[in-house]
Amino acid sequence: MAELLERFGCTHVVVRGIPSSLATEALRMSPAEVDLQKARQEHAEYVEVMRSKLGLEVIELPSDEAMPDCVFVEDAAVVCGATALITRPGSESRRPETKAMKEALKKLGLTIVEMTDENATLDGGDVLFTGQEFFVGLSKRTNQKGAEILADAFKDYAVSTVAVEEGLHLKSFCSMGGPGLILIGSSDHAQKALKIMQQMSDHRYDKLTVPDDLAANCIYMNLPDKGHVLLHSTADMFPESVKVLEKLKDYTLIPVSNLEKMKVDGALTCCSVLINKKADI
Amino acid sequence: MVNTTLRVEGSDLSAVRAFKNTVRQQLETRFKLDSDDLPSSIPVVACMLDPCFKHLKFIPDSKRERAYSHLDTLLLRVSETLSVTNVGVETCETEQTGKDIGKKARLELDFAELFGTHFESGQNTARGSTATEEARQYFLLPQIPTLDNPLQCQNKYSEVERKAPSVGVAMTTEAGTETEVKEKAEESAALADQSEQATEETQEVVTAEGEKREKEGKGISRYLPTWLKKQKSQTQTSPTKDVPPSEEAVDKETEKVPEVNGHAEEVEEEQEQKKDAEKSEQVKEKEELPEVDAKEQSEPVKEEKVEKSEEKSAEEETKAVAEGDKTEEETKETTEAPVEEKDTQTSLFQSPLRLVRKNKMKLVVCHVTLLDGTDYTCEVEKRVKGQYLFFKVCEHLNLMEKDYFGLTYKDTHDHKCWLDPTKEIKRQIRSNNWKFSVNVKFYPPDPSLLTEDLTRYLLCLQLREDVASGKLPCSFVTHALLGSYSLQAELGDYETEQPKPLDYMSQLKFAPSQNKDMEEKILELHKSHRGLTPAQADAQFLENAKKLSMYGVDMHHAKDSEGVDITLGVCANGLLVYKDKLRINRFAWPKILKISYKRNNFYIKIRPGETEQFESTVGFKLQNHRSAKRLWKVCVENHSFFRLNAPEPPNKTRFLTLGSKFRYSGRTQAQTRVASTLIDRPAPNFERTSSKRISRSLDGAPMISITDTSAGENGREPHLELNSDSKVDLSPGDDEAATSQSPGASEAAPSQSSVHGDNIYVRHSNLMLEDHDKTQDEVLKHQASISELKRSFMEAPPPSPPQPNLWEKRLTSSPATTIRVQPQPVVTVSQTETSPVEIVISEPKEPVKTAEVEIEETVVVQEVSKTTKPVIVTVEKVPIEPVVKIEEAMTFAEEEKQCKQSVSSESESEEEAEYHPNAHATLSHTQIPEEKEEEEKVVVVEVVEEVKEEEEEDQVKNDTPVDLPATQEPPPAESRQELVETDQAGTQTKDNAEEKPPAVLEKDESVDEPMVTPDEAPNGLPLGDDAEQEEPKVNGQHMETALRPQVICCTEPPVVKTEMVTISDTFAAQKTEIATKEVPIVHTETKTITYEAAQLEGNGDAEPGVLMTAQTITSESLCTTTTTHITKTLKGGLSETRIEKRIVITGDCDIDHDEALAQAIKEAKEQHPDMRRIDSQRAEVAMASADNH
Repeated sequence: MAELLERFGCTHVVVRGIPSSLATEALRMSPAEVDLQKARQEHAEYVEVMRSKLGLEVIELPSDEAMPDCVFVEDAAVVCGATALITRPGSESRRPETKAMKEALKKLGLTIVEMTDENATLDGGDVLFTGQEFFVGLSKRTNQKGAEILADAFKDYAVSTVAVEEGLHLKSFCSMGGPGLILIGSSDHAQKALKIMQQMSDHRYDKLTVPDDLAANCIYMNLPDKGHVLLHSTADMFPESVKVLEKLKDYTLIPVSNLEKMKVDGALTCCSVLINKKADI
Repeated sequence: MVNTTLRVEGSDLSAVRAFKNTVRQQLETRFKLDSDDLPSSIPVVACMLDPCFKHLKFIPDSKRERAYSHLDTLLLRVSETLSVTNVGVETCETEQTGKDIGKKARLELDFAELFGTHFESGQNTARGSTATEEARQYFLLPQIPTLDNPLQCQNKYSEVERKAPSVGVAMTTEAGTETEVKEKAEESAALADQSEQATEETQEVVTAEGEKREKEGKGISRYLPTWLKKQKSQTQTSPTKDVPPSEEAVDKETEKVPEVNGHAEEVEEEQEQKKDAEKSEQVKEKEELPEVDAKEQSEPVKEEKVEKSEEKSAEEETKAVAEGDKTEEETKETTEAPVEEKDTQTSLFQSPLRLVRKNKMKLVVCHVTLLDGTDYTCEVEKRVKGQYLFFKVCEHLNLMEKDYFGLTYKDTHDHKCWLDPTKEIKRQIRSNNWKFSVNVKFYPPDPSLLTEDLTRYLLCLQLREDVASGKLPCSFVTHALLGSYSLQAELGDYETEQPKPLDYMSQLKFAPSQNKDMEEKILELHKSHRGLTPAQADAQFLENAKKLSMYGVDMHHAKDSEGVDITLGVCANGLLVYKDKLRINRFAWPKILKISYKRNNFYIKIRPGETEQFESTVGFKLQNHRSAKRLWKVCVENHSFFRLNAPEPPNKTRFLTLGSKFRYSGRTQAQTRVASTLIDRPAPNFERTSSKRISRSLDGAPMISITDTSAGENGREPHLELNSDSKVDLSPGDDEAATSQSPGASEAAPSQSSVHGDNIYVRHSNLMLEDHDKTQDEVLKHQASISELKRSFMEAPPPSPPQPNLWEKRLTSSPATTIRVQPQPVVTVSQTETSPVEIVISEPKEPVKTAEVEIEETVVVQEVSKTTKPVIVTVEKVPIEPVVKIEEAMTFAEEEKQCKQSVSSESESEEEAEYHPNAHATLSHTQIPEEKEEEEKVVVVEVVEEVKEEEEEDQVKNDTPVDLPATQEPPPAESRQELVETDQAGTQTKDNAEEKPPAVLEKDESVDEPMVTPDEAPNGLPLGDDAEQEEPKVNGQHMETALRPQVICCTEPPVVKTEMVTISDTFAAQKTEIATKEVPIVHTETKTITYEAAQLEGNGDAEPGVLMTAQTITSESLCTTTTTHITKTLKGGLSETRIEKRIVITGDCDIDHDEALAQAIKEAKEQHPDMRRIDSQRAEVAMASADNH
């Protein structure tokens, strides 16, 4: 258990600024108007929580106007232990985002694995690392080949694929809420995906179902002096879901507003890449 | 005694009466107390050789003296021959003497074991002395006491088995000697004369007997020998133990006892006869049937022949008869070491010879590659079972927690296969390449639970190899970490003063692709492990290794229903499906209802999900049927090991297993854990070998990806051998490494295998077209689509914690239906078709004669619960072990059958099999012992039908071979100890209705339909020991398999129809699942086996065909088993087909036998209208019921 907790440890976090192009050019599943200012403010709060509240070392990459979605760094890399897989995002417009990410992670001393296969696509948002294994959502953005390369990069772990029938990413309706705890939305497709995950796994997972799919996307960390930490969406966004999350005992719950980014399908996890340098052997 | 037991009573049914009379007649014929020849008669000699009766208390003193002196004479002769040479061993080894020698050797070994046991209770000190001395000693010892408890027999047996190695070795010398002797005997006229004399003496008696039998009618003659034997065993007990040698007892005893003894061991005379027989063999032309093994089963056939063929000499007859008498012994022998190669030419002569314990043992040198890469060489007798070698290796390794390990060999296609411990090695390896490897068979999910560091160390060695070869994939960091622990374990703390140069590191193999970075990382990490002891380092290694997702996953290449390449991984938790490196599905064991394979298809039947109504079946296509079977076996074993408390009890498997009898027979994880906790010895010292040796062997090895290696491979075999060649090249300087590699180097190139496989596959697919192919595909597709739809989630329970079972109700009654259809097509196909695999493997020369073998087996077991795991184990401890053994025996017997038929190893012969994974078996099994009070009654109905094809009607006899209703007779305690101990398969009857002779009813052949006369079965008799409820069943089944007449070959497709007899849906309906101990066994079992092999090989590897279907339905109080067994025999131009149906009804409480039987027969008749017709022509019906308790 101790070791498992360690896998949720975090020392460094990589984030990226919001370009002005986000409001208009960033990809989104459904049309929505984004208040750029508000979005930037939210993001600043988000980073600040990481930095001061949680005491993490924040590496903030500069935004790039040519990459409207660049704030969603999660999709550009998957980091597990000392290995970082630089992805090949499913949407072509986002592929340049990986360059800066790769440089940053390299500087952190991680072992870099690149996804060079032309046929492979993978968004980090489709990758759910449970601490014991990977689940990769096969979505519009991620294909089998991408998942294979991920499996190759993280050979220690089982990598199972899960079909994502609705929503952008696998993590659009789920995330880890702790070691062995999966937060899951209550929609049918979310529940179905969970069942598949449970069936495919040799491990046992508890689930915590929240009414709203998007509220199921939280950031869990286990920090040395703080124990269980969960960043979640605010109560005004998902009041019912937050009530559910509040049942978690011994958790430090930190609500983070994510309203504007949500409009461009940006969930909480999307905006950061967590790195645990201590896990680096 | 005899008079008492065989007294005809008014209440007896006619058949019973007839039987009793016959038995008495027989006994009186054989043991004429007033005859002058008595002392030198075979029965008496045999009695002397039986530790139960050696003191001959049943005959007058004067005659006893004469008998002893007669024996002395005989022994003298033997010892002469024995002393002729002691070089025999070498001779034996080098000369690839004929198979008959091998057989004799085996017999002799058995003989030796018997003697060893009797002499110093298992210690073979007398080995070196002459036969005469041994005999003297023998007579000084008290008679063998009776064993009250069947379990004791089991234990005793296991002891013997344990000691077997030494015995075997010790006897080798003798055997060799004997061989030589024989050869010389042939040359020397003097010897020959002597033996002839002896033979003649006995001949008279036997011949008379044989004639008598003939007159008695077919039905009786078939049955009697067996029955008599059984009977004797029962009665024997009393004479020796219960009844003091009073004169009054003499009469009665005499009648029976001699008979018994006659069966038991006529060692000396037999030996003489052998010599004789050998001579005659050479001289005479044998037009005998294709060789049937010297089993009980074969006996009937031989007898028939004797009767039929006028030309045969008296000698021959004698032998044939003698053979019959020896059935019991034979059983033992066969069980222990089934006769393998047969001479097709000689049946009559050979078998007697075999019976005689003239063993010329052939020793074979086995090279076993240990986990540390070193080679362990040992000699074993050629016919030993896998277990023997494995135990030997474990002994060498000082390994106690051995259940996680196994031996592998490479088959002819260069696939690594697990050596089945219950089968003869020789039969499995199918080549003269006696090379094996020790491998981890079951990777303990939590190595920290292992008791001994030694075990962990060995596991580490395996894992290092797995990791280095790429079979167990892991990341860079993990490679480095594991490597560093390996260094720490082997080298100790990192020496800062004298750091190992990097090029030293590069000589070690840590990963399939290893670079300087990794080596540096390893060294760096090594530094951090300062202070860890080797054991701690190993433990850390394992802690990290066990977390790897592919830890303990056995990979098999396959295609899904759409032809997409996938990989199936079998592990402790279930079956994993991978596409490339991704897991795309997973079937936890609890979710799997049935595992089966058919040809190259592998199926799993999935329990319906929460929302689903029906179970679905998912099918996969393997490269060929061997792969399918390998996968199936691995599944069966893994499920059994990790999920069951105890191996599936024998009663579920026994006869059905004829086809794919395969079940895991070892200890389960639960059992082995308990056993581990009982290990009470100081931690063994062992030396950790430098990994340099190992790793180097891997150097330069082709990189093996998961898929590559695992495909078609059975287990996690180390790739040492594969790599060895290259390694030698790479590091020529290392002598050690080179040495260890050498065995591997000589092995065939791995690349060939795939080619082979392809060929086979193609051929096979052709075959398939004729048969099930179409339907299969359809089914496959259909099922696949269904399964596609139903990926409902099913929570997989954690591996270790006990889980309540929800499935109980899931007992499949359905399989029965399915099964029913299949046997027929199979039969037809089998005769004409050829199994390519077999040809390729075993008999490349004669492709023409091949047989297609089809086996279907469905076993449904209920999983009641695993909750009581610890409890069960504790309670059952005693019972379990015996049970396991029984199972082995059963398997063995079956195997033997196959062997006789010279069917290639099961792996080749079986085309399909099913397995229903569940945990219930264990429970029911365990419960059984506790229900001592309940009596079981077994009713056996047999319908034997012989269909003869082709000419030579004159020769063909309607005589049905003697069937042993062995089931019914509990051997007398005393004889049991002797016989049962040594005899694995043989008389497993543990029940002892000591005082109750089983009643046997005989039917005339003229009877149209099977008449069932329920035995009076006086159940009220006191049970001497704790009769176990199960035992009767076990025995019954066992008998069925072991004693059945053997199948031979057929040239033409015989008109054989096999049908399934379904008895009692009613019973099935009654089944309830109650896990309480008071409740009788509740389970339903349905099995169908179709097994077919028809092949006649001139070289003695005849492939007999057996077709069998069986069904067992068990309700709370009744267990009904129906077996259909088809035997085909080809002698010359004559082909015989026999269809036997046996219905066994077993109950734990009083059952109305008549009613049950009548019902069973009625149903059988309904289903077999054809059968009846045939019956009228030449079927024999015999029924017997006995009280087992």
